[in-house]
Amino acid sequence: MKITREDALRVAELAHLDLTEAEIEMFSRQLDSILTYVEKLNEVDTTNVEPMAQVAPPAASGQAAAGTPLRQDKPTPCDVVSDVLAGAPDASPPYFRVPRVIER
Amino acid sequence: MIMTPTSNGHDWTIDSVREALADKRISARELTAEFCQRIERRNPELNAYLALSPERAYRQADYLDGLVARGEDLPSLAGLPLAVKDVLSTKGIVTTCASHILEGYRPPFDATAVERLERAGAILLGKTNCDEFAMGGSNENSAYGPVRNPLAMDRVPGGSSGGSAAAVAAGMAVAALGTDTGGSVRQPGSFCGIPAMMPTYGRVSRYGLIAFASSLDRVGPFARNVRDLALIMGTIAGGDRMDSTAAAVPVPDYVGGLDAPVKGLRIGVPTDYFAEGLNSAVREKIEAGISLLEQLGCVRTALRMPHTEYAVATYYLIATAEASSNLARYDGVRYGLRASGGTLMEMYRKTRGAGFGAEVKRRIMLGTYALSAGYYDAYYLKAQKVRALIARDFAEAFGQVDAIVTPTSPVPPFRLGEHASDPLAMYLADIYTVTGSLAGVPGISVPCGRTQGLPVGLQIFGQPFGEARVLQLAHAFEKAGGAQV
Repeated sequence: MKITREDALRVAELAHLDLTEAEIEMFSRQLDSILTYVEKLNEVDTTNVEPMAQVAPPAASGQAAAGTPLRQDKPTPCDVVSDVLAGAPDASPPYFRVPRVIER
Repeated sequence: MIMTPTSNGHDWTIDSVREALADKRISARELTAEFCQRIERRNPELNAYLALSPERAYRQADYLDGLVARGEDLPSLAGLPLAVKDVLSTKGIVTTCASHILEGYRPPFDATAVERLERAGAILLGKTNCDEFAMGGSNENSAYGPVRNPLAMDRVPGGSSGGSAAAVAAGMAVAALGTDTGGSVRQPGSFCGIPAMMPTYGRVSRYGLIAFASSLDRVGPFARNVRDLALIMGTIAGGDRMDSTAAAVPVPDYVGGLDAPVKGLRIGVPTDYFAEGLNSAVREKIEAGISLLEQLGCVRTALRMPHTEYAVATYYLIATAEASSNLARYDGVRYGLRASGGTLMEMYRKTRGAGFGAEVKRRIMLGTYALSAGYYDAYYLKAQKVRALIARDFAEAFGQVDAIVTPTSPVPPFRLGEHASDPLAMYLADIYTVTGSLAGVPGISVPCGRTQGLPVGLQIFGQPFGEARVLQLAHAFEKAGGAQV
């Protein structure tokens, strides 16, 4: 077993997930079988291979407009507070309200 | 019972809709009403739509009818009855990602792809069902119940964009948008017997696409024929100031290129995609499909893409790692569900525990594990390196061929519940689609015959930003009778 009950509990804690006893048991078992399967990546020699974090944008050469252009860092009006707060489960405009974080 | 997609009355296409409006054979309002009726009739059994947007649809219809009345030019997609997957944001219309955690959420803005289609005259009928947060290949992971395959009611429509595929196949929309992270447009297209396209990563803006795995997510269309896919692609593709990864590469005339001759094009057939695990009836149809392309003058070349067998493992580490990070935002503070808890941390944990379904929790757990201290190098970093090798397989193949042809799915549509208890078995069925997802290349699934009445899909991969070539080949294949091989 790669994944013990304690591992599953630790991961659930990191992921901020409240799980039932049955879920902890099921996910430990399923993660164990998935992680056993992905071990097959160890068969691949990746010496000197650069990790690919994202698909490279097309080279800018030739096409002036290619690549992933960034827009200018200029502030523009952004009057969305009421739209955004309209979707909040507990709003106290202009804020989101949450349980107390800081004790007096 | 097996039904054909044509058993739903008049088969509208994008052009026939536009022409009928221009010739005043039907008004946009009547057309919208017709589709609302079709949805009312079919949706209770299929569950393809989660929400309808009649107000918005009729507002657009009235605008179009006004253009007709004044004799003004109609935009290119005028009147197109459109369905949109529920992971794409639509201003003011409930968008849930088929999850309880976003129940009742109304986005304050539109996704760029949706906005561009509406600006071109499309009529948004509603939002379609899918696997929760686009995680799944059967649509059984929806918090709002599974979708049925309109071609075979005891079967799944594929996933995750199962509702979009089913809506088009059942005639409840003329076209639909889906999203494809590991096959979620191509595979349901294959299962529902319609063409479906995953564009190059960066070809279509992801603005307003609620993120699952940001380095893999793409927006792509479903339609009843390849020409309609090309029309939609021409409308949604191109740079966007709201998404810096949407590349400002010029968009070619996809429709204009459809009839270019395919004679002499080199099609690569990777032997690695025809290994164990491929259903023999699917293999037979794909072989017949490749023969058809050869009859059209394409030149078949055998290829090796040696890292194919590592694609599923690579994909499920990278996609879940990115998902665990992206889905951290659902914490009960800003939108959707909030469970009560005495402390902030307790509120987070209870909200997420109550709001996410089993598959989403499973993937968050796997991704969190793969990114956690002590395991990052062994799992996530290793997967990123193998991803580079999979991308290299594609780059090397495209040194020899113009397109790569494979099955879309190793199996025909399966029965509801058939794979529900074994997540790993379900993941393994993504083998032919996740490769192209990891490499970032465009791919299409186009109908390629049937086995025992169930549709088979042929997948065609092209070079990055080479959608035109992919569409051209798929169009030639379709015109030559690919759906009946």
